[in-house]
Amino acid sequence: MSTRIVHIASNTFREAVRDRVLYNLIAFALLMSGAAVLVGQISIGIERLVVVNLGLTAVSLFGVVIAIFIGIGLVSKEIEKRTLYTVLSRPVRRWEFIAGKFFGLAGTLVVNTAFMAVGVFAALLYVSRAFHRADAWILVALYFIVLQFLMITAIALLFSSFSSPLLSAVFAFSLFVVGSFAEDLRGFAALARGVSHWLATGAVYLVPNFASLNVISSVAHEQPIAKQFVVSSSLYALLYTGMVLCGAVLIFERRNLK
Amino acid sequence: MSAIEILGLEKTYSAGLWRKRQRCALRPLHLNVEAGEVFGFLGPNGAGKTTTLKLLMGLVFPSGGSARILGREIHDPRMKAQIGFLPEQPYFYDYLTANELLEYYAQLSGVATQERRRRVIEVLGRVGLEDAARLPLRKFSKGMLQRVGIAQAILHDPKVLFFDEPMSGLDPIGRRQVRDIIVELKALGKTVFFSTHILSDAESLCDRVAIIDMGELRGVGAVADLTATVEGKVEIIWHGSSLPASLQALTSESHLSGDLVRAVIREANQDAAIDALRHLGVRILSITPVRTSLE
Repeated sequence: MSTRIVHIASNTFREAVRDRVLYNLIAFALLMSGAAVLVGQISIGIERLVVVNLGLTAVSLFGVVIAIFIGIGLVSKEIEKRTLYTVLSRPVRRWEFIAGKFFGLAGTLVVNTAFMAVGVFAALLYVSRAFHRADAWILVALYFIVLQFLMITAIALLFSSFSSPLLSAVFAFSLFVVGSFAEDLRGFAALARGVSHWLATGAVYLVPNFASLNVISSVAHEQPIAKQFVVSSSLYALLYTGMVLCGAVLIFERRNLK
Repeated sequence: MSAIEILGLEKTYSAGLWRKRQRCALRPLHLNVEAGEVFGFLGPNGAGKTTTLKLLMGLVFPSGGSARILGREIHDPRMKAQIGFLPEQPYFYDYLTANELLEYYAQLSGVATQERRRRVIEVLGRVGLEDAARLPLRKFSKGMLQRVGIAQAILHDPKVLFFDEPMSGLDPIGRRQVRDIIVELKALGKTVFFSTHILSDAESLCDRVAIIDMGELRGVGAVADLTATVEGKVEIIWHGSSLPASLQALTSESHLSGDLVRAVIREANQDAAIDALRHLGVRILSITPVRTSLE
């Protein structure tokens, strides 16, 4: 069983690597890191802050774009092009297919993040001339970015399992934006009364809390991230991702392929 | 045990905004295919052939009934290791080469690692694509894609094969190769179930055929039996200059050529026609059954 998931994941990774659009997005991300160096040079005394902030934001933003752009087509494209027929006619369970697609894209994003992180560290080294102890927190920020990628990949995959690529992109992106303002939504739920309170509270729990996973600003200001926070955030991200993937599997298991 | 047992399999789609309109794609279908048979599934466009195949492959879910392949239910993964499927107008991952695609499918089918390379080379040779093994599939013609499709279906040496329009898109040489492959598979004891519009292929390849139209099974049997029951006629040729009056009521068509008369008569009237001609002292040259094609 697990070997089939690995094979599907490997094939998904290979597809992403051979997609030329991916390289354009990575190039843009690296360009932004380079631009951060220029911006840092006109912001005397806060070069490091600017480079870390802009660089990690570029990694996060472009990673989300890649996750949504590739994720929305993971299932729907295979159904549309009927490449799924010759896969599912083999001893491959539908949930294995979903799992393999998820791990394939997740792996792609981890590798992308690693490449883009090299760009950020290179830019940091250029402006700071040496690495400092506090720079290690950048790795924690990158870890949190990867957690966000896992969540958004699962969300894109969920929508891809029943919706068209265009609608999936709209839903996934909308959910990312709302999730980025999840703390504000929580504040609104606390202030609201009656039906609005219940609806907003429901939304707080359903919407992915990307805001809580955004530690870029803290890391840029060289503030440490508590171990407990890392553990609780990891559990939240993995649990949310798992639940969304279960939803994707439940939908896909009963879907008639055209 | 039959290789394929279809037990009342049916499919109805719900259409419309509120999904209240019902469209019956396949009425309850009962069909058995014996092991080692080459079985043709014939019907016009929209008859339900592809729906039946998709139900058997577990790509769509039946509204009723069930089916077994090699004694196992159609959603049993253990069964799927024993079958191969070629969809109609197949499309594959165009960023892969033929080699990579077949390696991938071999992995998914559970072909042993040490066996994979050998099997891939072998099937590429069988379908005539050994020279194109390293080309990306986006550069393949329609016919080449069809042949890759057959290669992936036979790659893991399955016991039962399902082909949906296997000759589609092929030139005469390609079609000949596919026919030869099907004959080879039969000689190896495989069961082949294929849908086709090309009646001559069904007639020449199939042990039995089933004819489906508007989602309903119209007939099953050996090709010879089906054509014999459709219409029984005989052609009688004799020396003469015209069709005798006594035969005109019995003849469905006649043709004069020089001093020969050719008449097509219903089998039921054969004896009466022969008696009439003998009574006239006519010299009968031949009496031949007229075999109606599946068409």
